[in-house]
Amino acid sequence: MSAADRREAVGNATRGLSYEEPLVFERSRRGRTGYSLPALDVPAVDPAACLSAQAIRDGIPGLPELSEIDVVRHFTRLSTWNAAVDLGLYPLGSCTMKYNPKLNERAARLPGFANAHPMQPEALQQGFLELCFELERQLAVVTGMDEVTLQPAAGAQGELAGVMMIRAYHEQRGERRTRVLVPDSAHGTNPASAALNAYQIVAVPSGSDGLLHAEAVARVMSEDVAALMITNPSTLGLFEEEIVAICEIVHARGGLVYGDGANLNALLGIARPGDLGIDVMHLNLHKTFSTPHGGGGPGSGPVGVKSPLAPYLPTPVVRRREGGRFALDRDLPHSIGRLHGSFGNVGMFVRAFAYLRSLGPEGLRRCAEMAVLNANYLLARLRGTYHVPYDRLVMHEFVLSDRNLADTGVTTLDVAKRLIDYGYHPPTVYFPLIVHGALMIEPTESESLEGLDRFADALLAIAAEAREDPDLVRTAPHHTRRSRLDETRAARHPVLRWQPLK
Amino acid sequence: MRYIPHTEEDVARMLDAIGVDSVEALFEPVPAKLRLRQALELPPALSEQELLAELGALAARNAHTGTHEWFLGAGTYAHFTPSAVDALVSRSEFTTSYTPYQPEISQGTLQAVFEWQTMITGLTGLEVANASLYDGASAAAEGALMAMRTTRRSRVVLSAGLHPHYRAVVRTYLAGLGAEIALAPRGPDGRSAPLAPLVDAATACVVLQQPAFLGCIEDVAAAAEATRRHDARLVVVVNEALSLALLRAPGDQGADIACGEAQSFGVPMGLGGPHLGFLATRQRFVRQLPGRLVGETVDTEGRRGFVLTLSTREQHIRRERATSNICTNQGLCLLMATVYLSLLGPVGLRRLAEQNLAKAEYAKARVRATPGLDLPLAAPTFNEFVVRVPDSGAGALARARERGIIGGLDLEPFAPELGPAVLVCTTELSRRDAIDRLVAALAGRPA
Repeated sequence: MSAADRREAVGNATRGLSYEEPLVFERSRRGRTGYSLPALDVPAVDPAACLSAQAIRDGIPGLPELSEIDVVRHFTRLSTWNAAVDLGLYPLGSCTMKYNPKLNERAARLPGFANAHPMQPEALQQGFLELCFELERQLAVVTGMDEVTLQPAAGAQGELAGVMMIRAYHEQRGERRTRVLVPDSAHGTNPASAALNAYQIVAVPSGSDGLLHAEAVARVMSEDVAALMITNPSTLGLFEEEIVAICEIVHARGGLVYGDGANLNALLGIARPGDLGIDVMHLNLHKTFSTPHGGGGPGSGPVGVKSPLAPYLPTPVVRRREGGRFALDRDLPHSIGRLHGSFGNVGMFVRAFAYLRSLGPEGLRRCAEMAVLNANYLLARLRGTYHVPYDRLVMHEFVLSDRNLADTGVTTLDVAKRLIDYGYHPPTVYFPLIVHGALMIEPTESESLEGLDRFADALLAIAAEAREDPDLVRTAPHHTRRSRLDETRAARHPVLRWQPLK
Repeated sequence: MRYIPHTEEDVARMLDAIGVDSVEALFEPVPAKLRLRQALELPPALSEQELLAELGALAARNAHTGTHEWFLGAGTYAHFTPSAVDALVSRSEFTTSYTPYQPEISQGTLQAVFEWQTMITGLTGLEVANASLYDGASAAAEGALMAMRTTRRSRVVLSAGLHPHYRAVVRTYLAGLGAEIALAPRGPDGRSAPLAPLVDAATACVVLQQPAFLGCIEDVAAAAEATRRHDARLVVVVNEALSLALLRAPGDQGADIACGEAQSFGVPMGLGGPHLGFLATRQRFVRQLPGRLVGETVDTEGRRGFVLTLSTREQHIRRERATSNICTNQGLCLLMATVYLSLLGPVGLRRLAEQNLAKAEYAKARVRATPGLDLPLAAPTFNEFVVRVPDSGAGALARARERGIIGGLDLEPFAPELGPAVLVCTTELSRRDAIDRLVAALAGRPA
């Protein structure tokens, strides 16, 4: 088979009718509009007279003029340029790209959720407050924490909230601790969130088996340390087997343990972070609880705490009062304050609640079981061909490296780009940082056996291509509208908006 | 379980390939004493049909724009959204993708973000804008943090007109960083009192909301003059983004940073979220921006395309030295706004803003003509204003509710010095007869 043939015939990704599409501004024609206003039923006013001439602007640069059909075609065409879970396997490690049920979308669009206002009277938002109360309670059951706030708008804001509560807890006890321990395999958000609280970061090295060891924590633990931030399962997809001893070491010196819940999917109904010694943790509703990732949000990052941290929860807190009425409690003297203009990303609460109620306890456990089964199955099919830096039973995800391909000149980036030709979104690449050339693969429970087999076949075929025709892999992808965009140029000469030609 | 495809036969084959004899054995790395021995104490699973009925019953216990006439704004605004917005944003190629790390198969999201960045720079009169932030409140906090980074100062002045929830969020974000926060007073006409006396050589920024929380239109140019004298930054916060279509752009009046909430551009009120934080600034501060940025580039064959760029500012590269900890932001909401603004265009958006203004001016005229009501603040307003009522804000709003109207916000907890008063918002959804009924209800007169 010639290289040209190979460029055509792989995997699921075949060629169909596809459209180039200019920027929306380049489609603009003066005089078009895609909007109709009702006739004004009150007297028209002169803005310059109501306000003042100098308060009024002239035109609005940067907006296009289009009819509705132009707008619909423009964005429909753009949509066809995206890979998505609804199109195929999207094994982006640590992002839990599971199926997003359609029922959840329908629920979030009910007018009593979508068209209601955060500051309307409590008596007229009882259904919403009950949903919050019940979702908090169910998330507390899942995590083994005592109380939950839904307010943080994403995982990183949840981390920020959690570290703020840790700081408030120590300050309340008259302690000024200055450091936070972060394992070297952690998400970048962990140290960034701690730094927003003016903590110094102390990196803790993972062991040669990829695990965090109690003795490594003991070596850096002191009375200066406010907290350890730990992700369990770790970003290597490994359960931190020494978690209980690690938490005991931190607690013994007065520190707290923060749990990054990005990888909670593996533990649903299996084990609870609150039972392992975690004091405070965030969840990602857009990962574990199936709310859509939306091309980069909105997410939602609820935080669960053990009772000693409950006084510091963000304000307001939803309570159930006598008679079953729900109310917002703002009388929280030790609260860290507000993190959000309203209650958080409420639309995600509705979706996550629908998901929990669809699954029930058995369904949740089944998610964890099948997610872990899928990851271990894929690993079994790829082991031997790809290098496995930490080869043991994994949880919901695992990490490969490009070491076995070193003699071919093909790298992780090339494998990722060639996967696109086979119809797959690539895994997370070059993360965690402790694995050189990492490919971090999280299939989730949503994928079937035959779907996993096709994906494994693609990765095995790419490894064979790397030996037979490395250039084919190094110049991939070949099936996309654009290939290997120049990121260096984008950063050196930033063009961050469209401007009309002079 | 309808979301999980595995048959028992599949499971058996997969276990065999792995070399373990049960699903339970896969969890051997979790020490046995930590594993749950019983099912989580959660309610049992519901069918789709049962669940939709339960959720429908919960939703039905919330008032919404279909059950009441709506005059409540205060940072979250009831506007009409064209049908094409939800239709396009619902395409699952947009909803079920993630952060565009792989540009070859994310050009749809990347181009839409680039278009949004362009639109927000045009609306704010500034040169660069990020992809989005969580909401207006956190955008205000990020604006203040950015001003602190670019000045290496730690004193922040908040205008009296900054939304009280935004003020609270700024305090929360700055609490751990040793910042000093000063509150500027409100002048008698509702606008900020002159800011110059509050700005000194230690001041990082003034955070000024436009229009202010009580609806008044601030003198942004005067605030810019006050900050410029000490090389402090002026951060203009906007939470009714539609006002940008009518009022002179913050960047054209000397703002260094314009940020806030763009929910008004086609994003549902949704009980307060998800909404759409934005942040724009001048070119010289681009490397201090928080959050994601999309830039234009070319591919191997010279074809135009878009990528995430200037990532060395961000947490996944820079870790504790990043400009913010933001990872996931509000991608789908910025798409709603980009579609919305594409539909309206500059002319439609301006007419819409003028219609909002006209409704408010009509309502204010009715208030002035109604015994028992008055307008305590003299400054000009856009689509929101304060009405003083005869008895109490709560009483006036209760009368409105009896007539099927959510009449606004009771200002007693927020501005008790105004006496009994409510904050009223009119938009294109406010019909004349509903405004008349609202005014009568607030005054305690027959409908």
